[in-house]
Amino acid sequence: METGLRVNLRWPWRIILQYLHQTPVSDLIPPLSKPVIEVMIRDNIPHCGELGVRLVDVGAGSMTMALDYQERFVGNPETGVLHGGIITTLVDTVSGMSVYAALGKLVAVATLDLRIDYLKPAMPHMPLIAHAECYKTTRQIAFTRCTAYHQPDDPVATCVGTFMIGSSSKPPVQMPAQAGGAVE
Amino acid sequence: MKSLEEAIAEAKRTGDYQGMVDAIPYNAFLGLHLKRTEDGPLCVLPADPKLIGNPLLPALHGGVVGALLESAALMQLMWAHETVHVPKTINLTVDYLRSAKPVETFAQGALTRHGRRIANVRVEAWQDDRDRPVATALAHFLLT
Repeated sequence: METGLRVNLRWPWRIILQYLHQTPVSDLIPPLSKPVIEVMIRDNIPHCGELGVRLVDVGAGSMTMALDYQERFVGNPETGVLHGGIITTLVDTVSGMSVYAALGKLVAVATLDLRIDYLKPAMPHMPLIAHAECYKTTRQIAFTRCTAYHQPDDPVATCVGTFMIGSSSKPPVQMPAQAGGAVE
Repeated sequence: MKSLEEAIAEAKRTGDYQGMVDAIPYNAFLGLHLKRTEDGPLCVLPADPKLIGNPLLPALHGGVVGALLESAALMQLMWAHETVHVPKTINLTVDYLRSAKPVETFAQGALTRHGRRIANVRVEAWQDDRDRPVATALAHFLLT
């Protein structure tokens, strides 16, 4: 999109272009509507529907979702602390869908990798909220970061991820093209 | 239900690790079960429509694959580890290599390093062909 513009422009336009350049693409595209995402997580992603993942907010390049505490997600029955796996699932969902928010449209995305740091146990009887930001997209790859928390200033887990954009044109997704080669 | 530490102690005594898996509610939710192999426990995740993340492909949810890998790493560590305390996961790095079909999925870990306080476990998940893993992960655990 940017390269097309860049070629023929004279200097007054360069100021605008420079502004465009400094502005993340995500700020220029209106965010996806909440109902679209709500329907998607409830009906189009069976596992999220099963878990009861709730949409909290869609921003420009960001996504926030919540998961209410349920006994079946417990990892340690003595303490009632959530299993790491359920945090992984929430974080993967939110991170992947923040890519939609950054692109302003629904495209097939596939997770390439996730790196999750568990900072503290997820407490029993409290909803777990995850907020993800897609801070960079290239034609093929999206880069995300995500925080899971009960209280915004006290994170339970953080995660960085990379996603392949437009993955379903040739499923199944093969690994190699990833990060290094595909970045602009 | 037995306490987790009792379940771990019993699993170590009898060599039957299924009780240890069942003592963790989230594992039961996934329907995880274990097979014994020479190299330690092999985690089996049965095919289940509720675990699908993308019905069009169709593919398992990436988070479920991550959860399977983490559980397999933890089981491998508990099998090798002498105490009955449950190690804490410090972090997990998952590489998704192929889309995981909604079929039976296997995972097995291997200890890369087992220190006094920290263990490093590498783990692979595969479906019909062990030489074509769908995902691999590296996990760090705190043992104390």
